[in-house]
Amino acid sequence: MRYSGFRVIKEALTGHKGWGPAWRDAAPKPHYDFVIIGGGGHGLATAHYLAKVYGKANIAVVEKGWIGGGNVGRNTTIIRSNYLLDGNEPFYEHSMKLWEGLEQDLNYNAMVSQRGIMNLIHTDAQRDAFRRRGNAMILNGADAELLSAADVKREAPFLNFDNARFPIKGALVQRRGGSVRHDAVAWGYARAADSRGVDIIQNCEVTGFRIEQGKVLGVETSRGYIGAGKIGCAVAGSSGRVMAMAGMRLPIESHVLQAFVSEGLKPVLPGVITFGAGHFYVSQSDKGGLVFGGDLDGYNSYAQRGNLPVVEDVCEGGMALMPMIGRVRLLRMWGGVMDMSMDGSPIIDQTPVDGLYFNGGWCYGGFKATPASGYAFAHLLATDKPHDTAKAYRLDRFRTGRMIDERGAGPQPNLH
Amino acid sequence: MIINHPLLGPRDSQEFTYLGDASLMHRPDRQGENAGEAFYEYQYQRDNPAGLHRELWYHEQGDRSWLVVTRDTTTHEITDVKLARDVARSEGRST
Ligand SMILES: Cc1cc2nc3c(=O)[nH]c(=O)nc-3n(C[C@H](O)[C@H](O)[C@H](O)COP(=O)(O)OP(=O)(O)OC[C@H]3O[C@@H](n4cnc5c(N)ncnc54)[C@H](O)[C@@H]3O)c2cc1C
Repeated sequence: MRYSGFRVIKEALTGHKGWGPAWRDAAPKPHYDFVIIGGGGHGLATAHYLAKVYGKANIAVVEKGWIGGGNVGRNTTIIRSNYLLDGNEPFYEHSMKLWEGLEQDLNYNAMVSQRGIMNLIHTDAQRDAFRRRGNAMILNGADAELLSAADVKREAPFLNFDNARFPIKGALVQRRGGSVRHDAVAWGYARAADSRGVDIIQNCEVTGFRIEQGKVLGVETSRGYIGAGKIGCAVAGSSGRVMAMAGMRLPIESHVLQAFVSEGLKPVLPGVITFGAGHFYVSQSDKGGLVFGGDLDGYNSYAQRGNLPVVEDVCEGGMALMPMIGRVRLLRMWGGVMDMSMDGSPIIDQTPVDGLYFNGGWCYGGFKATPASGYAFAHLLATDKPHDTAKAYRLDRFRTGRMIDERGAGPQPNLH
Repeated sequence: MIINHPLLGPRDSQEFTYLGDASLMHRPDRQGENAGEAFYEYQYQRDNPAGLHRELWYHEQGDRSWLVVTRDTTTHEITDVKLARDVARSEGRST
């Protein structure tokens, strides 16, 4: 069923009896050509592009819980393509372009809102670095603007401009950045994939791989064995766990990242703002809640909850930047498990096991990557060649010395 | 989290910085046969277990000792804390 304004009016006049479920509750078949493990944003997007762009059929997405229950439903929904390095920027700009056409492509309102992202500058050195980054963005076809302190004051007068320790000296702005309704991304991709015959199998945990003579034949799941021609693993924070079942160690540590949302307020924030001195970033959701977060907790974790020191640190950052939020009450906080890679950049590649493909290492920036990641992973699964925008995301780049380290922090996952 | 320091007793984990898997104590021999491959495994590849994890914490805002903490990564429960020096010696390192 296509969604449209007319449809809404028609359903309103006929008692809303015509809406069906957005996707089927599929039961596993014995064999598929493609099995995608993980019904998060990346897995569902992969299935959608495999079916739509690469014309493949007989595809399943297997998800251990419900779709959207992982990080795709836990993140702070920021999208941007403001990277510096060659391996990254074309990929994220491809993602931004796909976001811009996403709702038409999926026939689903994902509330893509390009309200802009402002990265604040607090030192002269930081201005130099951001100017360079802005130039790299422009060279790759993205948009970037450098604002003076006076410009920032005009656009965001509520920021603390009297901070002697961390004065606001300007900002790097990407106007096309913004936020997207995260759940709707999972649901929209699921519905679009389902409409092309993809089986979305929930409550189906992969518990092992059947591998013979270096080739993967299928997956063992909590709902029985499923044979597969090719298997793509896109399980985000669970990458270490799942790939260990195929006998693989990864250049990845799992870490917990927390996020927070306040009570609903009238519109107070024009877009996304990030503090360049402490680690704090904030936006306002369409419901009015301030959505914000900060650093990783910093130690390996598979628990989807963090500890209080980070809460304190995030709130201090918030108060230093925007004293007006001091009286706002916190509504909810939660944690998600990040697959932090050794250089802070992702992996989309074949593995040493024939027929098994890996997509992971997204760290805390994988939401904005969802469309491009799905596209590139579908390309790889369909053609056995890396997509042009994802050529640098090799699994063996740590062995060959081709790291993509935006932060320059070295092989220390909790610093990226 | 509270880390029960073997010398100083229970300390807030905020006083520490975290390095990672305790296998990082065992740096490969740089003149060994397969040094390149061994360093690659050592530096970049991780077991990343869900469950008990032996890991290195540095008491930066305390006595500056390195500790080996055994912690469950699914619950954050800490079950064992030792001085890294003692662990290294018991695992055959002299210095
Ligand atoms: C607090 C927080 C804030 C964030 N903020 C941002 C942001 O502002 N911008 C941004 O770009 N990114 C952000 N991220 C990162 C982003 O959310 C992730 O990188 C991205 O969602 C990961 O891809 P995914 O959607 O496919 O993951 P997930 O939704 O986690 O999907 C993986 C799925 O695999 C399933 N799975 C795991 N093991 C198995 C198994 N054995 N069998 C079957 N299924 C399995 C899981 O249940 C899960 O549903 C944030 C993350 C967090 C936690």
